[in-house]
This record gives sequence, C-alpha cells and structure tokens, in this order.
Amino acid sequence: MEKGIRRYAPFFVIPTFTAFIIGFIVPFLMGLWLSFCKFTTVKDAVFVGLSNYQKAVTDPIFLHAFWYTALFALVSFLTINVLAFVIALALTQKMRGTNLFRTIFFMPNLIGGIVLGYIWQLIFNGILARFGAALALSEKYGFWGLVILVAWQQIGYMMIIYIAGLQSIPDALNEAAAIDGASDWQKLWKITIPMMMPAITICTFLTVVNSFKLFDQNLSLTAGEPAQLSELLALNIFNTFYGRVGWEGVGQAKAVLFFVLVVGIGLIQLRITHSKEVQQ
Amino acid sequence: MNRRKNLPSIIGTGLFSIISLIYVFPIVVVLFNSFKKKTFINIEPFTLPTENTFVGMENYANSINQYDFLQAVGWTLFITLGSVAVILLCTSMFAWYITRVHSPFTKMAYLLCVFSMVVPFQMVMFTLSLVTDRLGLGTPWGLIIIYLGFGAGLAVFMFCGFVKAIPLEVEEAALIDGCSPLRMFLSVVLPIMKPTYISVGILETMWIWNDFLLPYLTLDTNKYKTIAIVIQYMKGSYGRVDMGAIMAALIMAVIPVIIFYLSLQKHIIKGVAAGAVKG
Repeated sequence: MEKGIRRYAPFFVIPTFTAFIIGFIVPFLMGLWLSFCKFTTVKDAVFVGLSNYQKAVTDPIFLHAFWYTALFALVSFLTINVLAFVIALALTQKMRGTNLFRTIFFMPNLIGGIVLGYIWQLIFNGILARFGAALALSEKYGFWGLVILVAWQQIGYMMIIYIAGLQSIPDALNEAAAIDGASDWQKLWKITIPMMMPAITICTFLTVVNSFKLFDQNLSLTAGEPAQLSELLALNIFNTFYGRVGWEGVGQAKAVLFFVLVVGIGLIQLRITHSKEVQQ
Repeated sequence: MNRRKNLPSIIGTGLFSIISLIYVFPIVVVLFNSFKKKTFINIEPFTLPTENTFVGMENYANSINQYDFLQAVGWTLFITLGSVAVILLCTSMFAWYITRVHSPFTKMAYLLCVFSMVVPFQMVMFTLSLVTDRLGLGTPWGLIIIYLGFGAGLAVFMFCGFVKAIPLEVEEAALIDGCSPLRMFLSVVLPIMKPTYISVGILETMWIWNDFLLPYLTLDTNKYKTIAIVIQYMKGSYGRVDMGAIMAALIMAVIPVIIFYLSLQKHIIKGVAAGAVKG
C-alpha cells in the first residue's frame, strides 16, 4: 500500500511543505542566525557573536518587562483558575439557566485582543477619570487593568475545561463518600480536586503560556504607557525591533530568549503530565 | 423538603444573572457610546445618550466612509475563509500522508510540525516579514500561503491524531478496487474526518479572524487592511482620534463574532476543548 501512495507524494506533500518552509523554517533559521548579527536589513548583516545577547540581558527595560510579565502571569493564573473553577463547580449544580450562563461567560474568548483592549480602555479610563487618574499615568493601573481584561477573556475558556473534568468524575465516588459521612468540604478536597488534577494542569499551563505570549491586549490597552513601564515581554521585543534603529539584532536576540523561555515552560508541563500518567 | 432544596438553586440563578449582567456590561457601554457625539464619549462614558449627545448612525457612517471599515471586513473575511479552506485541505492531506508513509522524511516532518506549535510568533516575526516582502506575498492572496505555513503545526498535529484512529482496512479495500490514493482520500478519508475538519476549522477561524500582528507586519497596509489593523490605525492616528467612529467600529467588529458564536456554539465549545487538551 505504501508504494502506491508514495507515487502521489507531490499532491499530498508539496503544498503544505513549501508553505511550511516559507512561513516557518526559513524565518526561524534566519532568526537564529540574525540574533548573532548586527543589521538593519539582511544584506548588511555582520556577525557580532554574543554581543546582542549581552545587550539584551543588560537592557533595564527588558529586565523590567521580564519581571512585570512573570508577576502578571502569576497573578492572572491565580485569578483565572480560582474563579473559573468556582464558576464551573456552581454551574454543574442543579440550577436554572446554567446553559445560558455558560454561553455568556465563554463569549469574550472569541473577541480579538485589539478589540478587547479598546473596549476595556474606555471602561477603565471612565472609572479612573472620576478619581482624576488615567490608565497611562501608572504602570499599576495598566497591570490590574490587564489582569481584569484577561480574566474576563479567559475565565469562560478554562471554565469549559473544568466543567468537562467535573462531568467525568464518576458519581459512585461521591456517593460512597457521602455514605461514609464525608462533608461537602471533605468531598471537594479529597475527591473533586485530586480527580481534577489533569484539567488543573492543562489550565495552569494554558494561562501561564497565554500570559507570557500576550501582545494584542497589551498594545491596545496601554501600549506600554507610561514610558514603557507596562510593557510585557512580547511588546518589548516588538518595540526593540521597530522602535529603536540599530537594535534589530538585539530584538532578535530577545526573541530567541523569549522562545527558549516559552519552550522551557512547555517542557515542564510535558514532564508533569507524563509523571501523572505513570502514577495512574 | 422540596422548598428547601429549591431555595439555593433560586439564589444561585439570581446571583449568576447579576454576574452575567456585569459580564456583558463592557460591551453594552461601548454599544450606547457608539450612538453618542464623539466629544462626549471620553467625558461621560457611563451615561446613556441624551437628546444633546445622541447622533444616530453618524458614527457608523463615519467609520465606514472615512476609514473604509467595510472594505476591511471584506478583506478579513476573504483572508479568513481562504486560509481556513486551504489549511483544511492541504494539511489534512499532508497529515494523512505522513501518518501512512513511514520514512525518515515523514517522521522529521511530523516532529517539525509539533515543534512549530510551541514557537512564539515574536521569534519569527521580523524575518517572516522580510521573507514575505522578498517573495511579494504581502497581499491577501499571499497571506493565505503564509497562514498555511505558520498555521500548519496545530492542524497537522490534530489531523495526525485522528488519522491514526482510522482503520486501515477501509482504505485498503478502496485501493484494491483500483482507486487512486488521491481519489480514495477525497471520497473515503475526507468524509470520515468530518468532525476533525470542524474542530480544526473553528480553531483556525478564531485565530485568523482576530489576528493582528501577522497581517500588520506582512500585508501592504496602505492597500489592504484587516479589521484589527483598521481599529489600531484609527486609534493610532495622532491628533484627531475620532472616538465615535472607534466605538462604532468596535461594535461592528464584535457583531459578526457573536453571530458566528451563537450559530455554531456547540461545535465551537467542542473544538476549543479538543484543541486545549491536545495543545
């Protein structure tokens, strides 16, 4: 069977593979190479060794963006997951209107980041104006604004995953515990949460990776104001490329570091998921 | 007994009704601001339009006439539909081939696709815009090829997972009957994979429709703008920012998404859950 298929390889392979080379492989390899070069266009690229990386890790704004992003990832991970879990628990109880509520909570997830950012900019600036403030005045406003925005956007998504997890817990477990006299609180901690660990792992990494990669919402909500202090990593990299002439190589070096960071988080997730599978 | 059981459920419904109202509040605020005179929007965003501030459809007319908003909707629709159709057909064929044929090339191709899923866009954005520029792909048509290349990873990964579950006997029977692999794929494999086409199609649609940075960096934005690019452009034009037109544009950007969501809700939630578990 394989031989017959192989003769048709051009039809099956060429379109996707060509596009994959143009859209991914070439830009990726070029990006790796250019992170060791100084350039403004590719033609004038000169190899400069690790100096771009040195400039990247000593750039105070980049370091600020890293810690700002890490803190943002931590806070938004906690907010989103706790709220999504509680909502999922509530919406799997017997109650009128659960389907309608699920529909509403999931909806913001489909709206694009740029649109979301400008919707919330209007709301936040409207509220802050009453206290004589504005989003662009302090990095703290930008931080909490962004936390609320991504919570609003992602709670519905995580809620769907948690609901699917809750529905897969066999009723027999809870019934047996109830017969043994377990309270609702004990059932939550001894049955529901342990059984939900796979879903919790997925949601944890989804929210953390989403926070690290966040760009559109950051650009539209504050654009880094004031003075680049509310910049997350992705926006900082973008501004290094397109906002500072002569820093293109440093921007690419930052992008490589960013890539390593995101892959590192992914590898940790893989390891945790695998170790769980062995235990089960 | 019955009453005591019902009480918490009534309180729950009431509580969640209030939370739901708070949840849709931001969109409602934008909606009624889209009917206000532009100078009043920043000063008093939380009041309903009054006789003084109400301007009817003027903001909508402005955003359509002055910023060619409908043209942007058209291009976004074209890019999204074109790319999703091409991605679905090409990557499903590719995924089927690399699952059925065992060679070092197919193994490497699969690993590269999985690898590309974890690479953040910032890693390739600068060089990708150079490549598209060099190849003259900065048009909506060219963008379809770019989306096929950059979006291949997730699609190939999801299709491969499904192809592995198809029993070989069905395909072999068709091939022995004298079907060419191409025809066999189109008339046997493609119909079996319908649920996966829907899931992948929804994930890619949501991504491409809302994507800002990739088209912004690769498209010739003087000629072609997508919805996200137009909105960013309206806000970024220094000096005169027309808040009225922006509010109208935000509403016009949200409405198609809500219609899409409400009409395909079941499939969307299923597709999203499948993508999350695998991604």
